[in-house]
Amino acid sequence: MSIHPPLTITGGKLVLPDGRIEPGSLRCEGGFIAAVGDVKPQPGDEVHDAAGKLVTPGLVDVAVFTIDKPAFHFGGITRAALMPDQNPPLDTAARVRFAAQSGKPDFWVHPLAAATRNLDGESLAEIALMREAGARAIATGRRWIQDSGTMLRLLQYAAMMDMVVVAHAEDAGLVGNAVATAGEMATRLGLPSAPAEAEALAISRDLALAEMAGARIHFRKVTTAAGLDLVRRAKGRGLGVTAGVSPAYFMLSDLAMAQFRTFAHLSPPLRCEADRKAVIAAIADGTIDMISSDHDPRGPEDKRLPFADSAPGMAGAETLLPLTMSLVRDGVISMSRAFDLLAANSASLLGVDAGRLAAGAEADIAVIDPDRPWIVDSDKMAAAAGNTPFDKQPVQGRVLALFKGGVAVKAKKAG
Amino acid sequence: MTSPEYTYPEGAAAFPHRGLVGIAGLAPHEIMFLLDEAQQWVELNRHAQKRRELLSGLTIINAFFENSTRTLLSFEIAGKRLGADVVNMAVATSSVKKGETLIDTAMTLNAMRADAIAIRHGSSGAVQLIADKVDCPVINAGDGQHEHPTQALLDALTIRQAKRAFNGLRVTICGDILHSRVARSNILCLTSLGADVRVCAPPALMPAEIERMNVRVFHDFDAALQGADVVMMLRLQMERMQGQFIPSPREYRHLYGLSLERLAKAEPDALVMHPGPMNRGVEIESDVADLAGRSQITTQVEMGVAIRMACLDVLTRKARGLEGWA
Repeated sequence: MSIHPPLTITGGKLVLPDGRIEPGSLRCEGGFIAAVGDVKPQPGDEVHDAAGKLVTPGLVDVAVFTIDKPAFHFGGITRAALMPDQNPPLDTAARVRFAAQSGKPDFWVHPLAAATRNLDGESLAEIALMREAGARAIATGRRWIQDSGTMLRLLQYAAMMDMVVVAHAEDAGLVGNAVATAGEMATRLGLPSAPAEAEALAISRDLALAEMAGARIHFRKVTTAAGLDLVRRAKGRGLGVTAGVSPAYFMLSDLAMAQFRTFAHLSPPLRCEADRKAVIAAIADGTIDMISSDHDPRGPEDKRLPFADSAPGMAGAETLLPLTMSLVRDGVISMSRAFDLLAANSASLLGVDAGRLAAGAEADIAVIDPDRPWIVDSDKMAAAAGNTPFDKQPVQGRVLALFKGGVAVKAKKAG
Repeated sequence: MTSPEYTYPEGAAAFPHRGLVGIAGLAPHEIMFLLDEAQQWVELNRHAQKRRELLSGLTIINAFFENSTRTLLSFEIAGKRLGADVVNMAVATSSVKKGETLIDTAMTLNAMRADAIAIRHGSSGAVQLIADKVDCPVINAGDGQHEHPTQALLDALTIRQAKRAFNGLRVTICGDILHSRVARSNILCLTSLGADVRVCAPPALMPAEIERMNVRVFHDFDAALQGADVVMMLRLQMERMQGQFIPSPREYRHLYGLSLERLAKAEPDALVMHPGPMNRGVEIESDVADLAGRSQITTQVEMGVAIRMACLDVLTRKARGLEGWA
């Protein structure tokens, strides 16, 4: 880092941690933000003119399935929590240590330790050793831990180490081999489906166990009205619970699966329209704490298959920011709250000093034009694969410049 | 026979679809057009000399990724009666099941320049996936739990022979609706033609929000049979009767088996139908299955050949350069 000169970003509108958005400048030195507000470039500084655009914290993404730097940089993401569902899974210290280094210098990966060995949901993995190796939190992986005894012991262990458990909330018994939410769409398409209540059942159990254990729990994606109600009430009672979601669940309903479009095969599956609206309401009222990309690029070998045989997941890094900006334009949230959802809250979940423009924080900074229009094109994405359900959709909001640790990230041109 | 709303335009516009992937997307007059086209083949098939050279020189591939005896045979006979070269590809037993291989298989079939392909596959949506990749017409011979359009058409043709009109006809479909592509295609077809469709199954075998497909939902078979003009029984897979969905075949028979006594609740001239193969003594009693004048089960098989002949004829008209279709 020291070989890079200090950086001053001038002429932008700063999205500040206290909720204000004000014209100002920002100076970074040695990888950290040195001063914010009325600062002038000093001799020898590299100067970036933000030209009236928004200066925001780099996005902190909880969580992603693949390290895909071109897509992250396109989307303004400077850090991401990596799900343990890798091949092989992140269930040993060595793999965690390797993953933690895998993005540097221009991207930081925060590995999530697998809760159980080989993500089998049965035997606890070496969580303390993985923490030493850089794991920021524990994750159950793509699946729910079915055995309540195992989940309780996991939560107790996590509480002892003061680590948050990132949980997937779908009752495995109800879900079975389902690839869709039970309803008219799944019925018409003849797809194996599970009732949306599978989510609330899982959340209900996990909340009870977390309360018993005194553990912190983060539900990575809460996508149903019933599930969100449970989280809302638990928060009301002061439990250590947080909830995330990804844009697909506030943008789309299960109608997107029409014509067996496998790009709309997600996990959990897309829900009904009423649930979509409930997600928006939960973002507005603070029940949902963070919006993640859920980035999971999948090529034709995983997606050009019959729906039920295809792999779930979408490439979401590039559309995370613009789709969240649509909530600002629709008046659901304020601009500053958008960056709490995209950066500040996830940084605090992971316990990293980032995600906010304040002196002393790490200098991960994005310059953003929240109104700039562009069209999502699955053939021209920066991501490793173009599996987006938003193909050909016009969106607004684009990253103009990105800095990691005060150093400009050289974005690869998409397309 | 055809009521005014079914009148269809002459020529190509009567059936503007490239293939037959499902009943969904077909207008009522398009369904009626296929039924009318099939009528001539019903008559031909009853003669000793059954062969026409309509499709002479064309190659038809039956690609069946899932086991089938009767449907495969029916497609094969249909193609051969029209003079086509018919090739069967039974891949259910080979390792070709899913993955890129499905698309690769489609590309392979395409490269062999088939003039029509009939496909059966165990995954919902698989036939659409292949249809999007090949240049020739594709006929869905059953995909997962999604659709089985030729079955619905042959059922409609069978019903029309006996009942003449569909409007207001009360049709009860009973059995494993959840896993049945036959049920879905029949619901789409019969409701589109104006029939009053009831579905009957225990809750575990009833798909969510099926009432959104314009059917009435029953769990009590006796109630569902009241005043029915047609009773359509579905095959129950044995593996679903071992406790997961149904406690036992005996219990299923007790609640949902079609006996003469139960059939008496329907209209006196109600038709009995079953897509086959039947589990005699489970979903249907033998004396009902064999009830002369009422059971349409063998007629359904007969209509199946005619419907598939009509589909092959209509869908290859463009390629054959028929006037008005090219």
